[in-house]
Amino acid sequence: MSTSNTTYYIPHRATWPVLATAGLLTTLVGFANYLNGSSIGSTLMIAGLAILVVMLAGWFTLQATESETGMYNHGVGVSYRMGMMWFIFSEIMFFAVFFGTLWYTRNLSVPWLGGAGSNAATHEFLWSGFTATWPTNGPGNVGGHFEPMGAFGLPLLNTLLLLTSGVTCTWAHHGLIAKNRKQLIQGLSATVGLGFLFVLCQAIEYHEAYTEMGLTLGSGIYGSTFFMLTGFHGFHVCVGAIILSVVLFRSAKGHFTPENHFAFEAAAWYWHFVDVVWLGLFIFVYLM
Amino acid sequence: MSAVTAEHGHDDHHDDHAHGPEKGWLRWIITTNHKDIGTLYLLFALAMFFVGGTMAMIIRAELFEPGMQFVDPKFFNSMTTMHALVMVFGAVMPAFVGLANWMIPMMIGAPDMALPRMNNMSFWMLVAGVLLLASTLFMEGGAPAGGWTLYPPLVLQTGKALPFAIFSVHLLGISSIMGAINIIATILNMRAPAMTLMKMPLFVWTWLITGFLLIAIMPVFAGAVTMLLTDKFFHTSFFDAAGGGDPVLYQHIFWFFGHPEVYVMILPTFGVASTIIPVFARKPLFGYSSMVYATASIAFLSFIVWAHHMFTVGLPISGELYFMYATMLIAIPTGVKVFNWTATMWKGAMTFETPMLFSIAFVVLFTLGGFTGLMMSIAPVDFQYHDTYFIVAHFHYTLVPASVFILMAAGYFWLPKWTGHMYNEKIGQLHFWLSAISVNILFFPQHFLGLAGMPRRIPDYAIQFADWNMISSIGGFIFGASQLLFLWIVIDTIKGGTGEKVSDEVWEDAHKHGLEWTLPSPVPYHTFSTPPTVIPCDHN
Ligand code: HEM
Ligand SMILES: [Cu+2]
Repeated sequence: MSTSNTTYYIPHRATWPVLATAGLLTTLVGFANYLNGSSIGSTLMIAGLAILVVMLAGWFTLQATESETGMYNHGVGVSYRMGMMWFIFSEIMFFAVFFGTLWYTRNLSVPWLGGAGSNAATHEFLWSGFTATWPTNGPGNVGGHFEPMGAFGLPLLNTLLLLTSGVTCTWAHHGLIAKNRKQLIQGLSATVGLGFLFVLCQAIEYHEAYTEMGLTLGSGIYGSTFFMLTGFHGFHVCVGAIILSVVLFRSAKGHFTPENHFAFEAAAWYWHFVDVVWLGLFIFVYLM
Repeated sequence: MSAVTAEHGHDDHHDDHAHGPEKGWLRWIITTNHKDIGTLYLLFALAMFFVGGTMAMIIRAELFEPGMQFVDPKFFNSMTTMHALVMVFGAVMPAFVGLANWMIPMMIGAPDMALPRMNNMSFWMLVAGVLLLASTLFMEGGAPAGGWTLYPPLVLQTGKALPFAIFSVHLLGISSIMGAINIIATILNMRAPAMTLMKMPLFVWTWLITGFLLIAIMPVFAGAVTMLLTDKFFHTSFFDAAGGGDPVLYQHIFWFFGHPEVYVMILPTFGVASTIIPVFARKPLFGYSSMVYATASIAFLSFIVWAHHMFTVGLPISGELYFMYATMLIAIPTGVKVFNWTATMWKGAMTFETPMLFSIAFVVLFTLGGFTGLMMSIAPVDFQYHDTYFIVAHFHYTLVPASVFILMAAGYFWLPKWTGHMYNEKIGQLHFWLSAISVNILFFPQHFLGLAGMPRRIPDYAIQFADWNMISSIGGFIFGASQLLFLWIVIDTIKGGTGEKVSDEVWEDAHKHGLEWTLPSPVPYHTFSTPPTVIPCDHN
């Protein structure tokens, strides 16, 4: 807290943020047009994503260069750490919405549809014949017959993959602190590899669900919550693995010191966060 | 008023902040300077205040008389929806972020915001989000018309505008979260060494807590609208009972966001009021630490009262009772605040310049809005008030003569500091009296309309509501027109104002109340390149 203001690095012009906004806006306008069935939608989306990729590469390079040339003092590092922590907190709240939805539908709204509480009459007149169970696609049998996803098999394997990747990530961190570059690079490579393997397994799982089990995003509330939770998590694994790849690339270039490696820490925190969310998913979506 | 000296003086680092602003218009696009970005936020908010205000004028014109006058019902509903969204996300919230940008570094002795590039990005994401929202007005099927709460299933009937409105919420959320992270990091990491937490001005405290609220709730809103999107376009059943979902679930999620959201707009309001009142009462703020604790309790409580917006939706009786009592609790810390402002003025050597007039009006009229809130918190009687003009009166009292008045007070209070020019006090007072009187003509009759049963969000109404509606509309037109005076004053002050040279402290003895008044007027482009060592302290 007691940083001297004179050494706190304040950049003087910023072009990447404007480009980031332009990229995101283009992507979203494209996506919205696509959803409305307009033909320019996908083109715009691709253009927007391309801008975002260029922006990320440019902005990351700039930050890495500034960091390696010693422009950030301790105070700047603290700001970055706080920024990352609060960002992860916002992500936790985002996932909380979907976990909350799962809890609410399983424990409240589905039983109510089955007549629980003071809803006997509603049940009788609107949805008679519906028995509240879980998993369900609701009294309207929305999406038709489906099989729920079991916990053992790919999901269990994925749990092991992610937990192991958490360990390799920490092992890499120890390597970085002990100035063991080889251990750092090996640990990070293993983490990234396990991350992408996880995504691959999940892709196989989704494929099976859609082609063999009749389980889709449209399979009532079970399908909705299942794919929304696991899908957003899978997306976060991809993002985390990409961030870790950047850190791996920088480690190979000789970046980071035992004292100064914010990018590594941020990536690792993010990874552990994704890991913990998965444990929640495994328990509440698959096991229970 | 105690002054505190830090343990160490200037260190002999070379000052490398000699850069001035970028030349030309590009300055305003790529700037990372907290003052520039604060100005951008404030001007953008002012523009949106007039855009949202125009929509309000359309609403009041249509409601001037029973029967259909100017617009078709669908467009009328779009106006109520868009008016709320533009005012909340385009005007009030950005205006407070603008004040935070300008004032927090100066109040805590920091050279700038903690994350200047992200600061730039949060502003542009806001512009992108509002552009996307505004574009829906011109789309096939019209802008969203189901109310700012975007309840399904109604909102799912929106035409082409739906995905644009949803993505606009995402962008606004990203903007707010980044802004909030920046503010929190600045407050926690950039304070001058002598500025301990319990010496921070209340504006800084309220923003620290507001920042926390924002980071906690914006992702929740984003999640809710994402489920709307998938329900509409990807066959999910989150809010559809046939598939096992529940439209009421949306309401729970929305209000888990929505109730803290109203405190996002009022807590910084409290902060500014607590900054202005002591200066013109020429006394330290009464009960500083109780103000801090009250703010924190309000923030905590705001997370556990959301279903008071849903009393009539068919909650289990235990839920009704819980949310009723929990909501009533909020009146306690709120009462502490009102008491402290009053006690600050008690036996003060008060003068009544425009910022103080607006602040006093805030204390009185916000209290009135709080009382109607308390009435509505009683679940059984809220069955009568809910979805009538009574609640419209309630939240307009808490937002217009509270948040908006305080924003204008802040403008009058700090414009001389920012620009180095004095505003025209006569016109300022005229603006105040016109606003304060017309706002009551505008909103007070809406209490009666609501109690008599006039529903909100309707373009036409039964004949017995005619008189009060006409009075309310007349108040609305006067209020709207009066705001042009404010616009004139802002432009005039930027251009030179009265021509009188303002001193560094601007207001008599203001330097005893806050660090910002120890800086030159107008404030230089870079301030506090070395941390200040003497912290004026507004409380004992
Ligand atoms: C003293 C504390 C307060 C209490 C007890 C309170 C209570 C309530 C209740 C019970 C409702 C729901 C009424 C209904 O739908 O039937 C309500 C609505 C509302 N309140 Fe408050 N309120 C308080 C303060 C505030 C503040 C400070 C703000 C804003 C700055 C605010 C803004 C709103 C808004 C915007 C709505 C309406 C939302 C909508 O349906 O569109 N309230 N309030
Ligand atoms: Cu509320």
